Amino acid sequence: MTDEATAAPPGAVKKFMYINRRAPHGGNYAQEGLEVALIGAAFDQEVSLAFIDDGVFQLKTGQDTAAAGLKNFTAAFAALGDYEVKRIYVEAESLARRGLTADDLMPLMYEDEDDDYAEKPLIEIIGKDALADLIERQDVLLNF
Amino acid sequence: MALEINGATYETDEEGYLANLSDWSAELAEAMAAQDGCEMSENHWEVVNFLREYYDEYQIAPAVRVLTKAIGKRLGKDKGNSKYLYELFPYGPAKQACKYAGLPKPTGCV
Repeated sequence: MTDEATAAPPGAVKKFMYINRRAPHGGNYAQEGLEVALIGAAFDQEVSLAFIDDGVFQLKTGQDTAAAGLKNFTAAFAALGDYEVKRIYVEAESLARRGLTADDLMPLMYEDEDDDYAEKPLIEIIGKDALADLIERQDVLLNF
Repeated sequence: MALEINGATYETDEEGYLANLSDWSAELAEAMAAQDGCEMSENHWEVVNFLREYYDEYQIAPAVRVLTKAIGKRLGKDKGNSKYLYELFPYGPAKQACKYAGLPKPTGCV
């Protein structure tokens, strides 16, 4: 999409990883983190999100915030694919320790432009060591 | 800030976006557009309605690039391009259309 005004010049793209460690609705961190990730993606950066510790609860299916009088911002996770985010990593150990499995997480998808717009799952569950390697390879890390 | 239309007052932020989503009505959208010298055609409504549906589903107002792509998917390639959308909304398709749709400023617009 080189004709878009928002396109970054070649070489300006950095690898941004947004690391989410907190449960979704106890404070502003989770919502702000998602918003900042969306902004990074809107500016054509290479964005990924990682969910560690209680952060894995952010991706839980069927969240209902009505009784708490809060907006369910987690609906916006489903928009990450539209923002061309292709990588969401969930730490396997954090998930297991909380009694959660892949089936408890939202079925987030993205369309792979390089593969005839095939719908592919956005969430990848990876081990602690593999995630540490990925973190090592980022240009920018943002913790929420 | 506040917006005065047909004798009623609506609270807005400093850039004129409605403070309360629930204040929105079709008449208000048309009045906001009229203040900008813009008359809401069927094509304008198509985009505004699309944005309202998008917000309803995802709880965010999409950035312009995302909007352009999504409109293309929904309404066809001849509408999913910057030229068409900027002709309808010269102040920026996402910003201006979101304002008339009663939504907050799009996520990713600064």
